[in-house]
Amino acid sequence: MSQVRLLIGTHKGAFILTSDGKREKWEVSGPHFAGWEIYHVKGSPVDPNRIYASQSSGWFGQQIQRSDDGGKTWEPVGNKFVYDGVPGTHQWYDGTPHPWEFKRVWHLEPSLTDPDTVFAGVEDAALFRSTDGGKTWQELPGLRGHGSGPRWQPGAGGMCLHTILLDPANAGYMVIAISAAGAFRTDDAGATWRPINNGLRSEFLPEKTAEVGHCVHHVAKHASSPDVLFMQKHWDVMRSDNGGDSWHEVSGNLPTDFGFAIDVHSHEPETVYVVPIKSDAEHYPPEGKLRVYRSRAGGNEWEPLSRGLPQSDCYVNVLRDAMSVDLLDPCGVYFGTTGGQVYGSSDAGDSWQAIVRDLPAVFSVEAQTLL
Amino acid sequence: MIRVVLPAHLRTLARVTGEVEVSVQGEVTLRAVLDALEGRYPVLCGAIRDHTSQRRRAFVRFFACEQDISHESPDMLLPAPVAAGVEPLLIVGAIAGGITLPKPSRAPEQAAF
Repeated sequence: MSQVRLLIGTHKGAFILTSDGKREKWEVSGPHFAGWEIYHVKGSPVDPNRIYASQSSGWFGQQIQRSDDGGKTWEPVGNKFVYDGVPGTHQWYDGTPHPWEFKRVWHLEPSLTDPDTVFAGVEDAALFRSTDGGKTWQELPGLRGHGSGPRWQPGAGGMCLHTILLDPANAGYMVIAISAAGAFRTDDAGATWRPINNGLRSEFLPEKTAEVGHCVHHVAKHASSPDVLFMQKHWDVMRSDNGGDSWHEVSGNLPTDFGFAIDVHSHEPETVYVVPIKSDAEHYPPEGKLRVYRSRAGGNEWEPLSRGLPQSDCYVNVLRDAMSVDLLDPCGVYFGTTGGQVYGSSDAGDSWQAIVRDLPAVFSVEAQTLL
Repeated sequence: MIRVVLPAHLRTLARVTGEVEVSVQGEVTLRAVLDALEGRYPVLCGAIRDHTSQRRRAFVRFFACEQDISHESPDMLLPAPVAAGVEPLLIVGAIAGGITLPKPSRAPEQAAF
């Protein structure tokens, strides 16, 4: 019997939600690491009981926790993130140089082939890797060594590396994204990188189509399609068909093209989900109606999905890592809100139910499919 | 033995309840106590002071015998009652803070995501 496990990171702890394949009744476990900010929790595709969690605190810094039993017990592993060489400077909000300073891990991406290998996207933006199950961490310096680092700048949440995409067919492939620098791609397992921001336009930049500086909120791809990428930018929903070499806008009929989360159906590479948010000044759904929008055409043509979601007086946000899909058929889609709700759909978005309603603000949602 | 009171989050992290005790060889300085504390509870490395610079984390404070010693040299001798185990060293999470607020002011909406 298949199971689905949702790994939820929140402002005040982690929660684990478990259901059988029907996805109707859920058990809730937590809070784990109560009172700490849990930016991200993700399991190894190779060993689903190996789970990594990013635990942080403005007072006491960063911890990485690891579970080897599906989240029942946890052990702190390594928390020493030291930039390679002289860290240098990036741009501050006002354009002045600001020294690189480690603040926290935003995203953990376990390897597709080795449960002991995991990548960490951190603030201030850099990419780290552990090959010993999280005990020690080394920066992959080629990314910041690309040379454009002095032109990167923080987005509203900080200068964070928040997206790490791997590809099952190509061990050297990786796409990452940084707010506010843009997207970058490597084809040699992180030794060298190139910015992939051609086609992006950002009104807040003096050179609106600059090579770097764009506030990319999230990037998603289907496992089978390394070259087809979907991006929720600060404003604009974008698509690339050539692995990021160029992008074109697919916002189409969305009510607003601002947002954070974006994900792809696990069985339909052209089916994409976003949650439109009113604006960069008003981080909640338009008209107080929480709606997921789905495109079955790879963008441009979007349909609102609202059955089971609040359609009045709803003023929550859905953050960039707070949407995920499972591998079952029909595809399950899940997202969490800053109001503490986690919604799930077991019919690819046609209808939704609140799995939990009153968690702390949800930072991240990751679905594990246990077959 | 030197008595140390940890803030709640660090007690949880170190999986202890109440005060902890550490042994210090030689002069009882703040640095020596923190070294001993981290030696006994390695999970606290990086949580009180920076891994590399060894500087106190911005929102952590040190009190001893009703004195704030957060800004004293870490090599200063701790008060005799602390060195004798009569009074504890208090490691305290600042009442303010919890989010990183670097130098130039950030608008309230920028402090969140």
